[in-house]
Amino acid sequence: MKEYLKNTWLGIYTVLVGMKVTISHLFKPKVTIQYPDVRVKLPERARNRLYVNIDDCIGCDQCSRACPVDCITIETVKAVPGEDLGTTSNGKRKALWVTKFDIDIAKCCYCGLCVYPCPTECIWMTDVYEFSEYNRDNLIYHFSNLTPEEAEQKKLNYQKFEEEKARQKAAVQAVNNPNKQDSGNLS
Amino acid sequence: MIPDYLAEFFGNKFIGYLIAAALPLFLWILPYALYAVYAERKVSAFMQDRIGPNRVGPKGLFQTIADILKLIQKEDIVPASADKPLFVMAPYVIFAGTFAAFAALPFSSIYIGSNINLGVFYIMAVSSFSVVGILMAGWAGNNKYSLYGAMRSVAQIVSYEVPALLAIVSAVMVIGSLNLNEISEMQTAYFWNWWIFGGPVVGIKKFLLIIPMTIAFIIFFIASLAEVNRTPFDIPEAESELVAGFHTEYTGMKFAMFFLAEYGNMFVVSAISVSIFFGGWQSPFGYLGNSLGISWLIPVEQVFWFLFKGSLLVLVQMWLRWTLPRLRVDQLMTVCWKYLTPYAFINLVLIGIITLF
Ligand code: SF4
Ligand code: SF4
Repeated sequence: MKEYLKNTWLGIYTVLVGMKVTISHLFKPKVTIQYPDVRVKLPERARNRLYVNIDDCIGCDQCSRACPVDCITIETVKAVPGEDLGTTSNGKRKALWVTKFDIDIAKCCYCGLCVYPCPTECIWMTDVYEFSEYNRDNLIYHFSNLTPEEAEQKKLNYQKFEEEKARQKAAVQAVNNPNKQDSGNLS
Repeated sequence: MIPDYLAEFFGNKFIGYLIAAALPLFLWILPYALYAVYAERKVSAFMQDRIGPNRVGPKGLFQTIADILKLIQKEDIVPASADKPLFVMAPYVIFAGTFAAFAALPFSSIYIGSNINLGVFYIMAVSSFSVVGILMAGWAGNNKYSLYGAMRSVAQIVSYEVPALLAIVSAVMVIGSLNLNEISEMQTAYFWNWWIFGGPVVGIKKFLLIIPMTIAFIIFFIASLAEVNRTPFDIPEAESELVAGFHTEYTGMKFAMFFLAEYGNMFVVSAISVSIFFGGWQSPFGYLGNSLGISWLIPVEQVFWFLFKGSLLVLVQMWLRWTLPRLRVDQLMTVCWKYLTPYAFINLVLIGIITLF
C-alpha cells in the first residue's frame, strides 16, 4: 500500500518536474542557425574546396603523388630555352609549363595531404563548401591557365626543340667522329 | 439560440438546423485545426530550443495552409490489397465521430448545436465512435503495423473509458445535470464558482469538494489524453515502432482527415473538461458587456472564453506531449487499471459521501 501511494506520488511529481523543465525551455534562446541566411564562421583550418594558384605552381607533381585517391592529374611540358616563365612568388624559377592541372573534387576526400608537400604553397583549402552540381563532370576543376591550343603549341614547341637538339647532336657527332658509322644518338 | 433563429430566418427547421450544425465546422474546427497543428509545431520547437516553421508568411503563420494545399494536390493512393470500402470510409467515420461530439458542446449561452439533456453522456458515447474508425483504418490498410496500431488503440481507448467515465460520473453526481449548457450556466459569475473549485455550492461543502473535484479533473484529463491518442499514450501511432500506426497507408486528403479528427478530438475532450470543471462559457471575472451595458457583447465574450479555455487545455496537452516519453503497453494498462480506476472509484465514493450532507 505504501509502495502504491509512493508510486502515485512519484508519477505525478515526476511529470510536474518534466513539465517545469520543458516550459522553462520556452524562454531559452534558440539554438537554430538558419543556415542559408546565417552562416557559422568556419574554423581556421577547415578543409573544404581546394584552390590552386596556378601562377605559382611549378608543376612538380608532388601534390598529385601525395593524394591518396589520385584525384589530381598533372601534365607538364618542359619550357624551351628562351621561354621565360618567370618566378613564383617565393622566388622559385618556373621551368615547366603546366599544361593540365585537373582536380576531380568529386573524388577528393578533403584529407589535405596535397597541401603540405607543395614547395610554393600554391594549393590550399578555401572556405567554399557549397559547390554541388547537376553534372558530375562539372566537378572536375581545371586549374591550368593554358588553353588546349596553347598547351598543344607548347608540346609542339618542345618536340621541335628536342628534334632540333637531336639533329644538332647528330651533326656534332658526325663532325667529331667522321669515320664512325652513324650509330644513332647514343652518346 | 442561434439554431432556432436560423430556422426562423430560413422558414425551415431543417435548413436552419443544418446551417447551425455546420457553423462550428467552418468557423471553428477547420481554422482551429490549422492553427493547432501550427501551434503544436511551434510549441515542440520552442521546447526543444528550435525556431519551428517560420518561412511561409510572417512567423510561419501560413505554414499549415501551405501544407493543406500540398496535401490536396497529392495522389490519393489506395493500396492494391486494401479492403477498399472500409479503407475509404475509415477517415470519414473517425471524423464523423469527432464532429458529432461538437453538436452538444455549448459554445455560448446562445449557441449549442443540440441542447440535449444527455449532453455529457452523448459526447462520451460518440467520441468513442472513433474507435470503430481506427480499427477500420488499421484493418483495411492491410499492413501489419497499421493493424497493430489499431489493436493497441482499441485496447487503450476501451480501457481508458472506464476511469474517464468514473471521473465524469463523480463530477456529475455533485452537479446533478448532464446537460452541458445547464452545467455551464450553473458556474456563473466568478471563477470560484467553477466546479473544480467546488462550484456554486455554499458552506463547508464547497471546500470539501475542491480536492475530490481536482482529482476527478486530473483523472479525466489523463484518461482523455489516452482517448485521443496523445503522448504519453500514443502507442497506437508510435512513430518509432509502428511507422504511423493506423494511418500509415493513407495519403493526401484522407491523411489530412485523420489529423483534422485528431486535433478536433483534442478540442472536444478539452471542451468537456472546460464545460464541467472550468466554467464552460462563463467568464472568470464577469462580463465586459455587463459593465458597459452592451448586451450583444456578452454572447461573443462567452464564445471567446469557451474557445480560449479550451485552447489553453489543448496547449497543456501539447506541453505534455513534448515532455513525456511514450508508455509501454503494459505500463499503459497498469496506469489505467491499477492506478486511475481505483482512484476514480475512491474519488467517486468520497464525492458521494460529501454530497450526502
Ligand atoms: S585533399 Fe586529399 S584527396 Fe583531396 S586532392 Fe588533396 S590529397 Fe587528394
Ligand atoms: S605541389 Fe604545388 S607546385 Fe607542385 S604541382 Fe602541386 S600545386 Fe604545383
